[in-house]
Amino acid sequence: MPRRSLLRPGDWLVMTCGAIVCAVSFPLAWRAGPAEKAIVRRGGEPFAELELSRERRIEVPGPLGTTTIAVEKGRVRVLSDPGAHQYCVRQGWLDRAGQIAICAPNEVSVEVAGGGKTYDSLSY
Amino acid sequence: MTRSVTRLATTPEDHRVARLAAAAIGLALIDAAIPLPLPGVKPGLSNIVTLIVLARYGWRTAAWVSGLRVVAGGILLGQLLAPGFFMSLSGALSSLLILGAAIRLPGRWFGPVSWSVLAAFAHIGGQLALARLWLIPHNGVFYLAPFFAIAALAFGIINGLVAARLLASPAFTHPGEPHV
Repeated sequence: MPRRSLLRPGDWLVMTCGAIVCAVSFPLAWRAGPAEKAIVRRGGEPFAELELSRERRIEVPGPLGTTTIAVEKGRVRVLSDPGAHQYCVRQGWLDRAGQIAICAPNEVSVEVAGGGKTYDSLSY
Repeated sequence: MTRSVTRLATTPEDHRVARLAAAAIGLALIDAAIPLPLPGVKPGLSNIVTLIVLARYGWRTAAWVSGLRVVAGGILLGQLLAPGFFMSLSGALSSLLILGAAIRLPGRWFGPVSWSVLAAFAHIGGQLALARLWLIPHNGVFYLAPFFAIAALAFGIINGLVAARLLASPAFTHPGEPHV
């Protein structure tokens, strides 16, 4: 085997390509992607959009009183609601696109958006 | 009572593979003992052995040494059939595939450093693919990809240089003598 230097011309090429891959991987891996959000509506009109990545709590005034909505760990839920049956509160955490909690008496709803909507409903 | 002895017929090739695999396993253990800030980032020292074997004895022997290292390393580290074992297996398989192609590159232009860097990228590629498909089926795994890529480049270059240096040393340039 003839003596060769440790680094041959093509090696520099490969290393340069590797460096380019590294540089390109940052924007590719970290681009904002389809931001996962929760859409809060009051009386059918959009009231607020909440980023699911940021912990937050908002209060939505409705005809009956205040509905409190909380975002935590990429999920959203209705924390409290003046409605009589508490259906939307008891629904608990919503974490998948398309899930929705409706507090009908107070005319407030929160829906998880983003990603591809999967199904409105499934029946078996 | 007669003592029965089971003898496996072994060839010199088997002995060579075993010796080389032992060296690779030793380096894999050292690898596992080195603390690094990110889980999944490892220098991959045993790949130096794979590169040398590839250059000296060809792809088949390199595949044997690499496969034995993954299995025996898994046993020694208590990782056999655990997720870490499959990660290391998928990484080893992807790099072997790339190495099979890389060894065909013209030797005048491309040396062990090229093989090493290409194999390192194939390694993280295979591991990320397995992690995304099986272990963490969420695109969140790719958040760490840039760090893996940088580690692949850095350790790929270092391992390649070490392998190139060893291949150029007198012990390796006089074939015929059994060594390693």
